[in-house]
Amino acid sequence: MFKAFLIKYGEIGVKGKNRYLFEDALVNQIKFALKEVEGEFAVTKVDGRIYVQAKTEFDYDETVDALKRVFGIIGICPMVQIEDNGFDDLAKTVVEYFRQTYDDMHFTFKVNARRARKNYPLDSMEINAEIGHVLLEAFPELSVDVHKPDVLLQIEIRQQINIYSIEIPGPGGMPVGTNGKAMLLLSGGIDSPVAGYMIAKRGVKIDATYFHAPPYTSERAKQKVVDLAKLVARYAGPVTLNVVNFTDIQLYIYDQCPHDELTIIMRRYMMKIAETLAESSDCQGLITGESIGQVASQTIKSLYCTNEVCTMPVFRPVIGFDKQEIVDLAEKIGTYETSIQPFEDCCTIFVAKHPVTKPNLNVIKKSELKLAEKIDELVKTAIDTVEKIVIE
Amino acid sequence: MEAYLDNSATTKTAKEAVDIMLEVMQKDYGNPSSKHMYGVNAENYIKDATAVFCNVLKCQEKEIIFTSGGTESNNMAIVGGALANRRKGQHVIVSSVEHSSVKEPFRYLAKLGFEVTYLPVDSNGVVILDELKNALRDDTILVSTMMVNNEIGAVEPIEEMSKIIHTFNRDIVFHVDAIQSFGKYRIVPKKMGIDMLSVSGHKIHGPKGTGILYVRDKVKVNPIILGGGQQKGMRSGTENVPGIAGLGVATKLAYTDFDKKIAGMRAIKNAFVEGIGKIEGTKINGKTDEESAPHIVNVSFPGVRAEVLLHALEDKGIYVSSGSACSSNRPELSSTLQAIGLDKNLLDSTLRFSFCVDTTPEEIEYCLQNIAELLPVLRKYRAH
Repeated sequence: MFKAFLIKYGEIGVKGKNRYLFEDALVNQIKFALKEVEGEFAVTKVDGRIYVQAKTEFDYDETVDALKRVFGIIGICPMVQIEDNGFDDLAKTVVEYFRQTYDDMHFTFKVNARRARKNYPLDSMEINAEIGHVLLEAFPELSVDVHKPDVLLQIEIRQQINIYSIEIPGPGGMPVGTNGKAMLLLSGGIDSPVAGYMIAKRGVKIDATYFHAPPYTSERAKQKVVDLAKLVARYAGPVTLNVVNFTDIQLYIYDQCPHDELTIIMRRYMMKIAETLAESSDCQGLITGESIGQVASQTIKSLYCTNEVCTMPVFRPVIGFDKQEIVDLAEKIGTYETSIQPFEDCCTIFVAKHPVTKPNLNVIKKSELKLAEKIDELVKTAIDTVEKIVIE
Repeated sequence: MEAYLDNSATTKTAKEAVDIMLEVMQKDYGNPSSKHMYGVNAENYIKDATAVFCNVLKCQEKEIIFTSGGTESNNMAIVGGALANRRKGQHVIVSSVEHSSVKEPFRYLAKLGFEVTYLPVDSNGVVILDELKNALRDDTILVSTMMVNNEIGAVEPIEEMSKIIHTFNRDIVFHVDAIQSFGKYRIVPKKMGIDMLSVSGHKIHGPKGTGILYVRDKVKVNPIILGGGQQKGMRSGTENVPGIAGLGVATKLAYTDFDKKIAGMRAIKNAFVEGIGKIEGTKINGKTDEESAPHIVNVSFPGVRAEVLLHALEDKGIYVSSGSACSSNRPELSSTLQAIGLDKNLLDSTLRFSFCVDTTPEEIEYCLQNIAELLPVLRKYRAH
C-alpha cells in the first residue's frame, strides 16, 4: 500500500538562508542509507519537503530501518499517494487506507486537509468535513475528537494527493556533512563507536584512526575495528579509516620511559598522530570515547596530560556517562556485540600493574625528553605508512 | 619463505583429491539415490571410497558411515551409542583430555541423565590404566578416548584399554577418536578391540566437511541425523559425493608408502625437538619419543605471550597455533594442558607446532631460527 515516505526534519527548518544546504545534505544521506536496501528509490525535494518514493518493489521494514539511521530526520511518514481523480475517488481511497492500516476502529480521529493547490474544488474545511463524514459512515466505531485525536489523518492536495496518518520517529540531529568533519580515535572498545555516533548525529562527517601494533595485536583485532567502522558508517555516511602501525613507537617508549607512564605517553603520541592525520584530511576536531575515571588513563589529570598535545578541539561526547549508559547506547546503535569480541588492543598490551593515575605534566614532559633522539622519525614513518581503508 | 606448521588444525587438500572432486561436481554430479545413470555413476565414487576404507581398516563395507567430519562422527558415536545401549546401563567413561567434539556430547549425556566418569591422565597426557579399571562398573555401557591428543601428541594405550574394558564386559562399547591419529598409524579396529572409530578428512589432506565413523558389525548405535534413510538409515541426507570421493583418494594417498612417510615426519619432528632444546627458555610438554605422535610438538615459552609469538611468527610467514585452533576463538585456557598439570603461568605461553608429510627440514630450520631471534625481543617487551 505504501509506496512513498514523507520525511520530516527538525532543526534544518530554522537555518535561514542556509536551509537548502542542509536539505541537500539530508537528501544525500538518505540516498546513501538507501543504497543497501533492496529496491530503487527517488529522493526528491519538492515544495520545501523531502519525499522518498519507491520506483520498484521494495522491503518496507528494511527501508524504514535505513531511514531511522539518517540524522536530521525527526519523522518518517509512510504515505499513500494518488492522482487526483475527483473527490469520490479520494474518499474511497481514504476508507480503504483506514481499513488496511487499523485493525480496531475504536479510536478518535481528526482530518487535517491542506489545499496547497488552490484550484481544488473543495477547500480545506470542506474536505475535513466531507472525509470525516465518509469515515464515520464506513466505520461506525470511530468517533471524532478535534482537540486530542488518537489519529490525525493528513490529506495534502498538491499535484498529487498525499494521505498519511502514521509518523515513525527518526533519530533527530543534523544531516551528516553539514557541520564539518572530525577524526574519531577508534579503538575497538565499546566507547569510541558510541562517541563517533554521537558527534555524527550533530551533522559532523567522520574519519577514523586506529592504532595497530602487530604482532602484539592481531589481524583479527584490526578486522574488528574495520567492522566497527562499518557499523558507524551506517549512520555517519562513508568513513575513511586510517590504520597506523604503532608498534615501533610503543616499543621505543617502553625502552626509554618509566613503565608506569607508558600509557599516558603513548596516548599523547596517539593524539599527536591523529591530529596530524586530521589536519591532512581537512578535519576540524578529534573525537574520543573517553569518560572520566573509567580507567587510569582517563582520570582528569590524565586527560589533562593527553589533551595538552593537541591544538584542535577534542570532542568527548561520553565524558560524563557511566559505563552502563554507554553500553546501553552501544546496544541501541548495534555496535556492542562487535565491541565485546575478545581481541586485545594496543593500549592494554604493555600496561603496567599500577599505572600512574595522577600524572604530572612536567614529569611526563621530562620523561619524553628521553625520546628526543628517534621519536620524530618514528612518528613521521608511522604517518607516512598509514593504511587508508575507505568504507562506503 | 613460508612454513605452514599448523597441520593438526587442518592440512592443504591434496591435488589428487581436488581433481576427483572437480570431476564429481562438474561431470558426475548425480544423486546417488537416483535410479538413472547419473545416480549409478555417483554411487560408484562412494563404493570406491568405501573400498579404500575397508582396505585400510580391514573391515566390512557395512561398517563404514560417511559423515560431515570428526565432530559429527564423535557426536554420533557418543550420543547415538549411549542412547542405543541405554537399557543396559547409564554409566559412561571418557578421558579428561578430550577435544570439545567429545567433551560436549558427554556433557549432553549428563544432562540426559547419564552418569559420566572422567579418567585422569599422567603428566604426559596418557590415561592411567588403573583408573580405568577402577572406573568400570556393571552398568557401564560406553568408554571413549582419543588415540592421539590434538594438543600435545600423546598416544593413548588403545589396545591395553580395550583389553581391560572388554575383559571386564565384552558388551561395553569402546569408541576411539582417531581424528589426529588416522593417517599417522595403522589402525585395525578388530585387532585392536575398537568398536567405533572417528576419522576426519581434512586432517589428512582430504576436503573439509568429510569423515567417517567406523561402527563394528553388531555394535548398536542410533542415527543422530534422520531423514531420507540414506546409508541404510544410519546417516540421512544426500551423500556428499565429491567430499567422499576426495576423502577416499586422500586416505589412499596417506597409506601409500606409509612407513616411509611416517619415518620422514618423525625425522622432521626429531629435528624440531632437538632444535627447540637448544633454544634457551623453552619447555616441551609431553613425550617426544617414539611413543608420541610423529607430527605434533607442544612447546611452552616462559615469559612470552603465546598469541604475540604466534603473530610475530606469522609476520615471518610461519603459521602455528596457540591452544587448539578449533577452540581458539574463545580465550579459554587449554583443559588438556591443565589436565597434564602444566604450570599455570605457562598456559598462556604455549604453542603447538604440527607437521605433515610435506614439511621440509628447511622449513623447520627457518622456524627454529626465527623463534631463537624473536624470543629475546618479546621477553624484553611485556606487561609489568
